[in-house]
Amino acid sequence: MSQTLQIALIPLLPLACFLVLGLFGRKHLSSSAGVIGTLSLLVSTLLSLQTAYQYFFVSGKVNGVFQKLVVFQYNWLEFAPDLSINIGLMIDPITVMMLVVVSFVSLMVHLFSLGYMKGEERFATYFAFLSLFTFSMLGLVLSSNIFQIYLFWELVGVSSFLLIGFYFEKPSAVAAAKKAFIVTRFADLGFLIGILTLAFYTKTLDFGLLIERLSTASPYLSDINAASFMGISALSWGLILVFIGGAGKSAMFPLHIWLPDAMEGPTPVSALIHAATMVVAGVFLVARLFPVFALSDPEALKLVMYTGVFSAFFAAVIACTQTDIKRVLAYSTMSQIGYMMFALGVSKYGGEDGLGYMGSMFHLFTHAFFKSLLFLGAGAVIHMVHSNEMKDMGGLRKLMPITHISFLIACLAIAGVPPFSGFFSKEEILMAAFESNRFIYGVALLTSGLTAFYMFRLYYNIFWSKPAELHGHHHGEGTLTMKIPLILLAVLAVVAGFVPIAQWVTSDGLPIESHVPITFSILPVSLALGGILLATRMFKTQTELPTRIAQQMGGIYKAAYHKFYIDEVYLFVTKKILFNLIGKPAAWFDKNIVDGLMNLLGKITAKLSELIKGIQSGKVQDYALYFFGGIAGLVLVFIYLWK
Amino acid sequence: MNLTLFLLFPLATAIAILLASGLKQIRVIALIGSLLQLALGGKLLMAYYEQRAAGNQSQMLFEYVQKWYGPLNLQYHIGVDGISIAMILLTAFVVVAGILVSWETEHLSKEFFFLLVLLSLGAYGFFISLDVFTMFFFLEVAVIPKFLLIGIWGSGKKEYSAMKLALMLMGGSALILVGMLGIYFSSKTAAGAHSFDLLELAKMNIPLARQMLFFPFAFIGFGIFTAIFPFHTWVPDGHASAPTAASMFLAGISMKLGGYGCLRVATYLMPDAAQAYAWVIILLATIAIIYGAFATMMQTDLKYINAYSSISHCGFVLLGIGMLTQTSINGAVMQMVSHGLMTALFFAAIGMVYSRTHTRMVAQLGGLLKIMPFISTVFVIAGLCSLGLPGFSGFAAEMTVFMGSWQNPDKWYRLATILACASIVVTAVYILRAAGKSIMGPLGSESYQNLTDAKWYEKSAAILLIAGILVVGMAPFWLINLIQPGTEFIMNKLAMVAPGI
Repeated sequence: MSQTLQIALIPLLPLACFLVLGLFGRKHLSSSAGVIGTLSLLVSTLLSLQTAYQYFFVSGKVNGVFQKLVVFQYNWLEFAPDLSINIGLMIDPITVMMLVVVSFVSLMVHLFSLGYMKGEERFATYFAFLSLFTFSMLGLVLSSNIFQIYLFWELVGVSSFLLIGFYFEKPSAVAAAKKAFIVTRFADLGFLIGILTLAFYTKTLDFGLLIERLSTASPYLSDINAASFMGISALSWGLILVFIGGAGKSAMFPLHIWLPDAMEGPTPVSALIHAATMVVAGVFLVARLFPVFALSDPEALKLVMYTGVFSAFFAAVIACTQTDIKRVLAYSTMSQIGYMMFALGVSKYGGEDGLGYMGSMFHLFTHAFFKSLLFLGAGAVIHMVHSNEMKDMGGLRKLMPITHISFLIACLAIAGVPPFSGFFSKEEILMAAFESNRFIYGVALLTSGLTAFYMFRLYYNIFWSKPAELHGHHHGEGTLTMKIPLILLAVLAVVAGFVPIAQWVTSDGLPIESHVPITFSILPVSLALGGILLATRMFKTQTELPTRIAQQMGGIYKAAYHKFYIDEVYLFVTKKILFNLIGKPAAWFDKNIVDGLMNLLGKITAKLSELIKGIQSGKVQDYALYFFGGIAGLVLVFIYLWK
Repeated sequence: MNLTLFLLFPLATAIAILLASGLKQIRVIALIGSLLQLALGGKLLMAYYEQRAAGNQSQMLFEYVQKWYGPLNLQYHIGVDGISIAMILLTAFVVVAGILVSWETEHLSKEFFFLLVLLSLGAYGFFISLDVFTMFFFLEVAVIPKFLLIGIWGSGKKEYSAMKLALMLMGGSALILVGMLGIYFSSKTAAGAHSFDLLELAKMNIPLARQMLFFPFAFIGFGIFTAIFPFHTWVPDGHASAPTAASMFLAGISMKLGGYGCLRVATYLMPDAAQAYAWVIILLATIAIIYGAFATMMQTDLKYINAYSSISHCGFVLLGIGMLTQTSINGAVMQMVSHGLMTALFFAAIGMVYSRTHTRMVAQLGGLLKIMPFISTVFVIAGLCSLGLPGFSGFAAEMTVFMGSWQNPDKWYRLATILACASIVVTAVYILRAAGKSIMGPLGSESYQNLTDAKWYEKSAAILLIAGILVVGMAPFWLINLIQPGTEFIMNKLAMVAPGI
């Protein structure tokens, strides 16, 4: 099989699956839809692995440097001779890594959903949407053109909308779906204008050319640097706007508000979209344009850094107070993505200086496995107790041993305890931060302690705390298809840290040696262990302690519990400003002033005609006659009086 | 290829309808007639490709000239380029779909279908004409049926709406007439006569002062048809009162007559004035886009929602024309095609919902996806197309307009482009509000439990329009290749603008 076909099939199989299930699933394939979806994803996953093998071990390198290979391109929409959307397939280290992550996690989620969604009336539709999402996400990472990535970006957004709103009869699900779509759309506006700006100066939409023209000295680069608006260069504007798009999808502060609400969707969906794939699209985008950020506009990269580190800390604080287990995970996702972002932010381009870039990608890789595992585990728990609230859980460790152990592994991984995968990727990030900016390093350390604390708070509340009290209707840990993904992902959560990402995915395509000394690890690991110990003390058995501490913290706790009232701010802006101050007046103005003028015109005419009633017969034919009479009159005027 | 067939087919269909009796006969005749038109459109496209492939580079193909009133030099001059073919195909699609959704029109069915066919005749005549006077004639042919369709088969305050629509469009016509006569009397052919001939006129340079005087008449006149701010108020009332098929024709075809006229007559024949007045066009277009979008957000009736959103979407057409770059004008034409298909689909879906639930108020609807999955899916597809989802036509068209507009480096124009881009966020808000409440959510009323999903004719209409939307959306390159040669001639003419304006 040719390489092009092999790579093309990775996204096309889910697309075909979407079409088949979407068109015929409801009537003819309602029972086999899950199997069809899973099998097609299995093939996609195998092809991704095969592609990764070929790229990393066989054909990816030229002179020891990993290349960007464009294996296919089609001129899809030509705006102007040099500006066109070429739908293409491009592979480079980050794309290959993402292919593996996306297809594998999607496969796990498909498998899990076979059991989780069993008996669902719209079973086939669910799998059709999952396939659509997977197709869009794979298309996104394979994009060879900045407009192509925008195109798939929007498709990813809409599939997320469809999946969050899957339980469409629940008003809260519909509201969450809308919120997710609109908030990210708002951010995408930045992305779009960013693209327009960059394209205007570089005269291209092609990623390869765009990056080349903006990261090396070229007339394009001096043009875009020379142009400025409000004291900021056009290049910075372009990059910042594109980053806003990325921040929206990746739920960075202050565009994160959609992510916790998105938990209204079925839990496997959260594992796929809101843990491992779509939410890291923003990180992927910054990584894709990283040479431009790092080489030509370090100031814009600073913004990425501060946004990332603030989001990481902010979300970790909120996560400590939430009681809905999926919301805890949502904030934890936001926090971990913040890590990836600031890791990019502290990084430089090339060689050992690009450690942050490598760490970010490494963390993206390991996080995908342990976070989707956490979500799937939470799904299994929710499946069992029929609630998302911690208060309805407790003592489940005996009832669901597999879920328990795998969840524990994932918690250890995210907390950064060696030798679990999260430890390795976090170390690289902390090292990079330490070398570049001590303040960032400090905040990151603190956050990593908080992470350990809130994750084990979650763990103990679900599996320990109090004896299990189930009301008879429990049906075990779920089917085999639900357990297999948990086990596989747990294995990966342990071993993914040993994957030599540093050899493959680096800022300049050259392998680097990671060099974190063991002494460096002492501080982060002890902080993580401290967080775990504190959580053990507070939550292992049910005590009054947590409530007491919460009371003592007073305002801060309350503010964190209410997510620092960001939602309320948004609500105020949309309801009060957009609707009441713009929408309503616009509608009123249209109805009363503009239309009123038209009606007034009509009334004046009517009054006038009162005066000349004689010729007003009320018959349309007569009016038409007068009208054409008027035309004839005008014609005469022009003929005889116009010279 | 004889273009006059585009007039003869509808004419024959109309006559056959008059001779037929009973709804069953009439609708079959109307459907066959409209399908023949569609086939003819397809044949025209093929013939066009053949000619271009054979190396025929002339601006207009399949030309035919026949004087019909010598003393005033009025001609029946017809011919097409890619732009007109795109419009003709759009018309053919919408006509078939419109006839299908009207399948069960019991009341005065003969007159109803007759008027629909007559309207399509006017539209075809308009798009094939290369003589401004003949164009005007066909434009008028297309106005009268609208008045009757709304006045007789409409709902709500239909008399008011019909009158408002007819008067405002007539007002537009009057302005066009002034503009048109201005062009006519400013022209001088080699033989020393005045001319209405579009191609002849394009070769001349109308004196600047005359252009400045008459451009506003022509542009605003045609602009009224395509809902230019502040002359858009016929749109919401007209659509809301119109029967489904009439809404589809009105938004899908009629509003395009205006956009086409703005481009083909006003901008093409008076390029200097177009440059000079560009800022006004852009200002009005931007207002229409933003203000239309915000006004849509506050509507509670599905038809009003789609009507106001049409104002916003047609703003993109005017914006694209006003920006005067090749890309933006391509985008404007694509947007006309896209909006025509999409809005027809949207009105069709709304009509299907209304005929079952007997309400169009968003607040009273709810949970329709469970009861009528097909109609709801159509509704969602129309909505997603409207909010510019890639894969549907709206995305390609809007992005082309944005990209083209951005090529115009003036900073105020940039601001206009940013505002236009921002409107797609507002679009998402109102589309998702409407769909979220009426299609999703809990069931609006227990009585909806027994409603049925789409019938075969409704399904066919929807599938046809969706196919059109998908073809444009998935493969925009063919549409852009089709219209590009046409817009190039317009750009060449614009490039010859005297310096210093």
